[in-house]
Amino acid sequence: MTVMNMVQAINAALKSEMLQDDRVICLGEDVGRNGGVFRVTDGLMDIFGAERVVDTPLAESAIIGAAVGMAARGLRPVAEIQFLGFIYEAMDQMASQAARLRFKSGGKFSAPMVVRAPYGGGVRTPELHSDSLEALFLHTPGLKVVMPSTPYDAKGLLTSAIRDEDPVLFLEPMKLYRAFSEDVPEEDYEVEIGKAKVIQDGNDLTIISWGQSIHTVQKAVKEWEEQKNLSIEIIDLRTIAPLDLDTIIQSAKKTGRVMIVHEAVKSGGVGAELAALISEKAMFYMFAPILRIAGFDTPYPFPMVEDEWLPNVERINKAIEEMLSYS
Amino acid sequence: MNWINESCVTVDMFQLLNEGGKLVGEKPDIPDDKLLQLYKQMIFSRVFDERALKLQRQGRIGTYAPFTGQEAAQVGSAAALDKGDWVFPSYREVAVSLVRGVPASQSLLYTMGHHSGSGDPDAHMFPVQIIIASQTLHAVGSAWASKYKKEKQVSVAYLGDGATSEGDFHEALNFAGVNSLPVIFFVQNNQWAISVPLSSQTASKSIAQKGIAYGLTSIQVDGNDVLAVYETMKKAVQLAKEGKPILIEAVTYRQGPHTTADDPTKYRTKEELSAWKQKDPLLRMKHYLIHNHLWNETQEEEETAIAEQKMTEAYQTAIQTPRSGLDDIFQNVYHKKTSNLEEQQNSSKRGEVSV
Ligand SMILES: Cc1ncc(C[n+]2csc(CCOP(=O)(O)OP(=O)(O)O)c2C)c(N)n1
Ligand SMILES: [Mg+2]
Repeated sequence: MTVMNMVQAINAALKSEMLQDDRVICLGEDVGRNGGVFRVTDGLMDIFGAERVVDTPLAESAIIGAAVGMAARGLRPVAEIQFLGFIYEAMDQMASQAARLRFKSGGKFSAPMVVRAPYGGGVRTPELHSDSLEALFLHTPGLKVVMPSTPYDAKGLLTSAIRDEDPVLFLEPMKLYRAFSEDVPEEDYEVEIGKAKVIQDGNDLTIISWGQSIHTVQKAVKEWEEQKNLSIEIIDLRTIAPLDLDTIIQSAKKTGRVMIVHEAVKSGGVGAELAALISEKAMFYMFAPILRIAGFDTPYPFPMVEDEWLPNVERINKAIEEMLSYS
Repeated sequence: MNWINESCVTVDMFQLLNEGGKLVGEKPDIPDDKLLQLYKQMIFSRVFDERALKLQRQGRIGTYAPFTGQEAAQVGSAAALDKGDWVFPSYREVAVSLVRGVPASQSLLYTMGHHSGSGDPDAHMFPVQIIIASQTLHAVGSAWASKYKKEKQVSVAYLGDGATSEGDFHEALNFAGVNSLPVIFFVQNNQWAISVPLSSQTASKSIAQKGIAYGLTSIQVDGNDVLAVYETMKKAVQLAKEGKPILIEAVTYRQGPHTTADDPTKYRTKEELSAWKQKDPLLRMKHYLIHNHLWNETQEEEETAIAEQKMTEAYQTAIQTPRSGLDDIFQNVYHKKTSNLEEQQNSSKRGEVSV
């Protein structure tokens, strides 16, 4: 075990996969000599050379599109998009190409590749650097979407993503990059894609969240539990696509109250999908409406306002109170 | 077989002042007071940049993209435009905005994360563009609108060397060429796109030559020579108005970090930086003016003090501007606020959970 923050854990996963498998190459803007703008790929160019850690020209569509071609020809590219907000530039390659290659070729071709991108707010970035866009990709069959909230999960999930036979979008919560460290095994290991994690057992209410919001949820729940005699279940979704239906429905049936907390805008978000699934499969177990605490339906706001815009402890606490008023 | 390759192209950089501030070309027909104005605008730009860096380090403003080293390119090109022309900037064009009359306080508010900080219709400036090269297409559309409306103004997109790798840039050039639009693409080739040097960005020996493929008229100019840039831009405006879209490559250098979040020592040498500091655009113009008895050290000190004072006032204006609040974000999502947003705004005001 070594104590690592998320940047180190992701770096460790990349390094270990690159050491074991020479089909793995990293490409993106500033990933080589600079080691990435967050230093996630730091040191990899020194170890593996410029042939396997590639500073590309500034062109997102080319980065993802080239990765599709490489993957189809037997490489295992790990492409970086510098900030998730810039992935719109590569939307055709993501949604119409990488996601569909297996389907449109009747299974004769596929694009086993990883696209990594930092996302999420609270860091006072310029415009389009903080958006949470996971819902767009949940809505894109053929892609897997992974969003870790801890260094341990980040390393294990990235390892699984690189070994996966399908294209995986691996989203890294920027605010958590260096927020905390924890024990992470030095040897490689996988965390299964498609499995949520119950990080706290409870009976009265289920809160589902992912990425950096998980930590806001944990803070809110702690305040509640200290005050009242309540037991709240917290689920870290970890994978957005495919969703872990079993864990979600089981918990919903057990507690009868489900709240979903995410940073992305509320309308058409992943929360909407979860709420629909729960009403399809566990409607008659519910004591209270399913609530979503999410970003407001506006573009991600300018830094002066972002703390009020993001789901915060206060809003989560209000919602807990409201949900418990139903019995 | 007649293959076409790099050797078919010759690119001569246009220069009027050499590094020492000596006139190397024909003396341009620019009145003395214009020369002084250009230099004073460069001084104010540099003072803005240095102050902004300080404010950022003190935590008073947010992430900032400094442009020290690029003053001649920005001031010289912007000064050659008319009020009616339209400008489509990236995030590094503060000097351009100052020349166009955008208050310095507005650029400060932008980096402070205030909702009112970006874009100025009175100055014919589009909002700051974060998405690399996207603004090139908006300039094309704007030029197209001018052509359609038979209005005689040009649209100018400012972009960097890295931006020339994006598809949008190539699509913009192509649209401009096919439609003979009054548009100018002004590339500040500052040698770096964050940590990626020009040599990893393109295999062509110049950015200027990229215009040829799309039927544009192009030029490479010394971007640290404010006189050359000014003259080039004057001519470009005239040609663009005749329906000849233009690509200008201004060769310059970003002396500072990419942004305040960047550490350039990770990817470039001290030697490179000091070599480019020898070619500093302000030094060069200062030498020229002094040599021609238009300027002296006392004036330099006075002008710097005036600029410092203006910056202090701009910062005061910025911090006295009421802060943005949650209420501001519900405005301007749509022309008319939707009932959904109305509901979210009201419940957020009442401190309720919005359901
Ligand atoms: C579409 C997109 N991709 C990546 C980025 C991140 N980014 C911001 S500036 C920059 C480099 C731009 O270089 P250049 O065009 O040369 O302009 P300069 O910063 O040198 O002025 C990058 C990669 C972005 N803002 N938008
Ligand atoms: Mg550049």
